[in-house]
Amino acid sequence: MTPLSLALAHSLPEVILAVGVLGLVLYGALRGKASDGPVTEIAVGLLGAAILVILLGFKEQAILFDGAVIDDGFGRFMKVLALIGSLTALVMGQDFLARERIDKFEFPILVLLATLGMMVLISAQNLISMYLGLELMSLALYVVAAFNRDDLRASEAGLKYFVLGALSSGMLLYGASLIYGFAGTVDFAGIAAATQGHVSIGIIFGLVFLMTGLAFKMSAVPFHMWTPDVYEGAPTPVTAFFGSAVKMAAVAITVRVLMTAFPGAEAQWRQIIVFISILSMALGAFAAIGQTNIKRLMAYSAIGHVGFALVGLAAGTQEGVFGVMVYMAIYLVMTLGSFAAILSMRVAGHAVEQISDLSGLAKNNPLMAFFFAMLMFSLAGIPPLAGFFAKWYVFNAAIQAHLYPLAVIGVLSSAVAAYYYLRVVKIMYFDEAAPAFDPPTPALRVVLAITSLFVLFLFAYPALFIDATATAAKSLF
Amino acid sequence: MILSLSHFLIVAAMLFTIGVAGIILNRKNIIVVLMSVELILLSVNINLVSFSSFFGDLTGQVFSLFILTVAAAEAAIGLAILVAYYRNRGSIAVEDINLMKG
Repeated sequence: MTPLSLALAHSLPEVILAVGVLGLVLYGALRGKASDGPVTEIAVGLLGAAILVILLGFKEQAILFDGAVIDDGFGRFMKVLALIGSLTALVMGQDFLARERIDKFEFPILVLLATLGMMVLISAQNLISMYLGLELMSLALYVVAAFNRDDLRASEAGLKYFVLGALSSGMLLYGASLIYGFAGTVDFAGIAAATQGHVSIGIIFGLVFLMTGLAFKMSAVPFHMWTPDVYEGAPTPVTAFFGSAVKMAAVAITVRVLMTAFPGAEAQWRQIIVFISILSMALGAFAAIGQTNIKRLMAYSAIGHVGFALVGLAAGTQEGVFGVMVYMAIYLVMTLGSFAAILSMRVAGHAVEQISDLSGLAKNNPLMAFFFAMLMFSLAGIPPLAGFFAKWYVFNAAIQAHLYPLAVIGVLSSAVAAYYYLRVVKIMYFDEAAPAFDPPTPALRVVLAITSLFVLFLFAYPALFIDATATAAKSLF
Repeated sequence: MILSLSHFLIVAAMLFTIGVAGIILNRKNIIVVLMSVELILLSVNINLVSFSSFFGDLTGQVFSLFILTVAAAEAAIGLAILVAYYRNRGSIAVEDINLMKG
């Protein structure tokens, strides 16, 4: 094969999404009706096709397009996670958007564009493709956050996300320019060569700015301020998308940049990662306690979980990266399940989102209450549910890297965080019954059931999942 | 006086600082925030182009062209969201963006 056709064959999933989304834009523009019609179905088909191509395609590693992107096991694993997040968010959200009368054909197109950006971002191998992937993702996300444009809260959420997101990409770019200047290259491998042994102060400055930008996208403290407002204000399917696919891409590129471009500056970036990890875990645990809105609760929960995932990255070892990947995969499943339950919260046709609306759910809909309770237990990290193993792997990696204080703080804050997860379970099982919810749509039931059964029974047969993750983690070293 | 690389870097750092300060300290108007974002992006471009010409390496200039393109798209999206917000709220004062907090 010629180099170009080999590169195109390796990037077939991206090509499918890019060509498909352009076709959908044309189709939607020429058709010009209000509702989204088959656009969502086609978009789901494209995402599914991309997942299949990744799963059945190349197994070896290849650096493509003059070192701009890489196709490796780590990237393929995180891409599949991001694609699953986007696909499920689209499937779950269709009914919600139709009821709110915002089921315009642009929504699936913007989700596809954001997903394409995530895939470029995850496989980036130099600073330019990283920036372009990040912006393709972010620009689409600014718009979907404000997608319900006649709603004040949604447009406020979009505005806040835009202003803070633009500031963060500016910081990231300033860092990238300093790194380019002091390392003399934008290539991750070249940066790694330039930081062997002595790390110049200019590169450390650049690294700090770069990590500021990435922490913004991951919603890690102290750059988390947008998260609760955007989670609350954006339409719930968008929030599910933000909580699942976007987190995967942001964490993946952070891991890739730190492990492949800055292995020589590990002592420097470890301090930063430990710092933001501790702050995120603590803030996620304490700030969520007083929340009354379930979407805001999930926002603080997301901040805390990013902190836990970063514990594995702080270790900086192969076990640590493996722990981060297990954590993100399980977190994806738990988030999608929780949002399936939140999207089912609808009384007499109106969406409700207060935690008190869940009162007595066990009497009205015992099965949904049970599944949601299992997801809450799993988010809290109670054995033998999947969330426990996620935490176990990252803390294990931290202890092997002798980061004892970090592991102890992590365990303590997960104990604090258990309080508010268990409070949701208590409200569902022991409080006076609130008005019953409307019956959930089949898509929501299926997602809720699959995710809860996954977290319930992962411990029974973990080998397939763990082996795939371990193989993918190895490719980064 | 001969201009060296560090002079250009200092100008870029000053522009970057003014941009960040403009976003953080600004209490009036969101348009000012958008202008500050542009200032940050342009300071990055000055950095990249001066490094690029100092090294005689074209990568930095290619990067800055990409940034200019993305900055245009970003400004368009920002203004569009701002218009949508203004139609709902009737104001673009920074202190009025306070519906959700806590």
